[in-house]
Amino acid sequence: MTDSPINHSGLQYTGVSNIDGPLMFIQGVSGVAYNELVEVTAPNGDLRLGQVLDVTTDAALVQIFGGTNALSKAHTKARFLGHSLEIPCSVEMLGRVFDGLGRPKDGLPPPLSREYRNVNGEPVNPYSREYPRDFIQTGISSIDLMNTLVRGQKLPIFSGNGLPHNRLAAQIARQAKLLNEDVQFAIVFAAMGVKYDVARFFVDSFEQSGVLRNVAMFLSLADDPSVERMMTPRSALTLAEYLAYDCGMHVLVLITDMTNYCEALREIATARGEIPSRKGYPGYLYSDLASLYERAGRLRGGGGSITQMPILTMPSDDISHPVPDLTGYITEGQIVLDREMYQRGIYPPVAGLPSLSRLMKDGIGKDRTRPDHPHVASQLFAAYSKVKDIRSLAAVIGNEELSPIDKLYMKFGEMFESRVIAQGEFEDRTIEQSLQLGWDALRILPRNELLRVSEEELNQYYSALPTGTVSA
Amino acid sequence: MKTGIIIRINGPIVEARQMEEVGMLEVVEVGELRLIGEVIRVRGEVATIQVYEETSGLRPGEPVYCTGRPLSVCLGPGLLGTIYDGIQRPLARIAEGGAFIGRGVKKPALDLERKWSFQPIVKVGDELKPGMVIGGVQETESVLHRVMVPPRVQGTVKSVVPPGEYDGHAELCVLEDVAGKRTPVGFYQYWPVRQGRPSASRLPLAQPLLTGLRVVDTFFPLAKGGAAAIPGGFGTGKTMTQQALAKWCEAKIIVYIGCGERGNEMTEVLREFPELIDPRSGRSLMERTILIANTSNMPVAAREVSIYTGISLAEYYRDMGYDVAIMADSTSRWAEALRELSGRLEEMPADEGFPAYLPDRLASFYERSGRVQTLGGAEGTVSVIGAVSPPGGDFSEPVTQHTTRFIRCFWALDRDLANARHYPAISWRNSYSEYLPETTQWWRQYDLTWKENRDVLMNVLQEEVSLQRIAKLVGPDALPESQRLTLFAAEIIKNAFLQQNSFDEVDMYCSPKKQLWMMNLLAFFITRSQELIKNGCTLNEIRAIPDLDRMNRMKSEIKNDDVAAMTSLEQRVHAALDSIAREQLARASK
Repeated sequence: MTDSPINHSGLQYTGVSNIDGPLMFIQGVSGVAYNELVEVTAPNGDLRLGQVLDVTTDAALVQIFGGTNALSKAHTKARFLGHSLEIPCSVEMLGRVFDGLGRPKDGLPPPLSREYRNVNGEPVNPYSREYPRDFIQTGISSIDLMNTLVRGQKLPIFSGNGLPHNRLAAQIARQAKLLNEDVQFAIVFAAMGVKYDVARFFVDSFEQSGVLRNVAMFLSLADDPSVERMMTPRSALTLAEYLAYDCGMHVLVLITDMTNYCEALREIATARGEIPSRKGYPGYLYSDLASLYERAGRLRGGGGSITQMPILTMPSDDISHPVPDLTGYITEGQIVLDREMYQRGIYPPVAGLPSLSRLMKDGIGKDRTRPDHPHVASQLFAAYSKVKDIRSLAAVIGNEELSPIDKLYMKFGEMFESRVIAQGEFEDRTIEQSLQLGWDALRILPRNELLRVSEEELNQYYSALPTGTVSA
Repeated sequence: MKTGIIIRINGPIVEARQMEEVGMLEVVEVGELRLIGEVIRVRGEVATIQVYEETSGLRPGEPVYCTGRPLSVCLGPGLLGTIYDGIQRPLARIAEGGAFIGRGVKKPALDLERKWSFQPIVKVGDELKPGMVIGGVQETESVLHRVMVPPRVQGTVKSVVPPGEYDGHAELCVLEDVAGKRTPVGFYQYWPVRQGRPSASRLPLAQPLLTGLRVVDTFFPLAKGGAAAIPGGFGTGKTMTQQALAKWCEAKIIVYIGCGERGNEMTEVLREFPELIDPRSGRSLMERTILIANTSNMPVAAREVSIYTGISLAEYYRDMGYDVAIMADSTSRWAEALRELSGRLEEMPADEGFPAYLPDRLASFYERSGRVQTLGGAEGTVSVIGAVSPPGGDFSEPVTQHTTRFIRCFWALDRDLANARHYPAISWRNSYSEYLPETTQWWRQYDLTWKENRDVLMNVLQEEVSLQRIAKLVGPDALPESQRLTLFAAEIIKNAFLQQNSFDEVDMYCSPKKQLWMMNLLAFFITRSQELIKNGCTLNEIRAIPDLDRMNRMKSEIKNDDVAAMTSLEQRVHAALDSIAREQLARASK
């Protein structure tokens, strides 16, 4: 893109004919490229950036990242820059704060770099990917034991307003480590449309755990122009790709809040008069989200990795809303937070059944965590699903009327939620401890109910006495 | 070649003028980078082109080169074991230039320089018709590639090469038609993807496509040449089920299309399949597999065409007389690609923004399945299995609804089963197969009671559904003994038979023989227990049978061919039930 055949830097156009929401229509242009970056000079001299969305031989439709506020037809000038939006990439960007377009926001000078990368990236060849299977210990039982995260995975947190998704994400960023390697994750943090307090919380949390020097932040807060949000995750992921694939670092990317991103996308689509699909979101929402989420993973032949944890708040806790729904179809599982559990004081309120990690199966078990891990997890899911049925039965006929075995399941459910899932915000459990807790819960149930664990595993772990040494 | 000039770029849709001579669906090369595109509309001198690569940086005024041919696939030895993108570019070759897919990359789909050992079976003077076999190439250890006369070519053999090693440029045999026109036939031929390959006639379906998945083979069988859909919300295991089918189904060739799905899933197949051994040929599964990967982040237009690319490859192997199975994961992503392109063309939308021709396009894909007599006289099948990803898991949406019109086997994935990690999560309530009559005939050759046994198990499962509703109100303990037995038996069927662990070395594939035995044992256990309860025994007596635990674990504890273990368990269960009967008789006579 940079070696454009036509050099028209310097040529300024004034033919603005329409301004509509975030969009501007310029006439009388020539040689403009699709997706080209535009620098717009507002009547008061402000510089804003924009991007070409549609182009014909003599006209271009441009979306303005800074918003079209105060632009006028007569006194606005546009200069086409001959390339798409690019950001500089360097290791020195860790520890810095940028806006959604990669410009410094911390008062320091722009990072020095020879590497400028197109924020849209290029698709990774599926042949060149390395299948992710390195277990990441987050120290959180509900994740490590039940929905294991592996290096190079994209695992979103589906949450709702008022739920502790930020605390959970911060805890994961603080505690995540590999079992047999002493490598620290570099963290790339992208915030779209969140409140200042939320961004502040993450800064403080990174500061407290002493990793702030290892974090690059891309902030486009609630009061920043919404169109800029379209570019924030792209800028962040472009840096992440540079750090992972060029510098061999292991990068954890936290993105919050994807729902705000999708709303920005909807805003542009509506302004362009596109035919909407579900809930007014454009028909290409899936492809657009995929172009972000798929920028996670590992490449063949070693090097670093990108592990993605996008956070999204489900509007009115509805998991079938297009944003969580399409996200769930692209990402490799999801951690779902449950409002009812949170109300009962359980932290982290990770919903037992709808949460899922698709890459778990290859990241756990023999030589990775412990041979019994897949079976224990499957058994816990099966038993917990039974608990849900029995609870709804108990709500009708009363606890006393339950059969003895059902009563045991109820007891198991209690123990599972209060001891296995619930834990402290600063409690870092090893996978051994988590497995032990899982067995402690299963031990409440009679042996012949446990069909998903093998006979040997029952002999080895079920029959063993509870250690009682596990930290609560 | 004629060239046009770009006048507009809107995402993957490009308009160009001076295109009067271009044909509909002709392939063109767009811009200085020569991106691949296809003409989808011609209006006056302006042609609308969908571009199969990212269009960023294109400018109006850049040229468009016409090629004069429709979008085609290259067919010949070397397809098996390869991974392609949606327009049949070899991803492994592209990866030589870097891990990211750049634009304008051109690599031949098949390596024309590679030499293959060719064994001719025709001689000079033979009269050949289209589709007839001229010789064979051992493409992989397990697959003999039959080199065929391309459709629309025929004549008398004028010359043929002796057995030996030849490359893609070699004229293996030369045909002369009645008009005296000579046509050489080589290893490779081209076929336009949007057109079905011809066959002599279509045949009725007769055999099940065995999959090694019990819930499929026993309850909702697919016939060879049939079409099936797997709809399910996210996380219900569509891809896992597709992959299990691709691994173990009894087809000679597998074409697996990752259409708008995750990159890592294709990587997983690439990593796992070469290591897995086909239980029938004893060879690596990769030797019979072709992968087509157009992941969700790859250009959307190429996603639209990827399923046609896939099915054209499948038809080619069908024409050699093979059973081919094609998995498309997921047809919803394909439909969305259609919707996105349609939106950019500003077409009037029908249901939920999908274009009005969606059902038509779905039909043109699913109807390319079938069992045929090939032009060469052999018999081949293409079975199509399409995953559907309905938004919010709601099956009433347009893609699922239209798909059900063109398939006869519906494997509905159930959220509750998936939540309880009961895999495959194929629901026995909402799924159906219209291929049951054909497949019953086949199973009855091996076990006359197959249908009866299936009915016993199915009845228990269906009865359980309605009993559960009552049990949820009054508690299971308030039900009479016979109904509690039904609940108990359904539990055993679910644990011991329906649920299958694809990570367990034994359970991942269940042979037909073992399925028959398991069905027999379960059906016997259920009918006998029902009799006992009717005669006054209690459920607790039955529950106390010590070998129940073994029965619950038989799927993983007893190997596919371990007849001794099967007989032994069967005898113990029979004996235990007999002894309950005796005790009951003794009580009754007191």
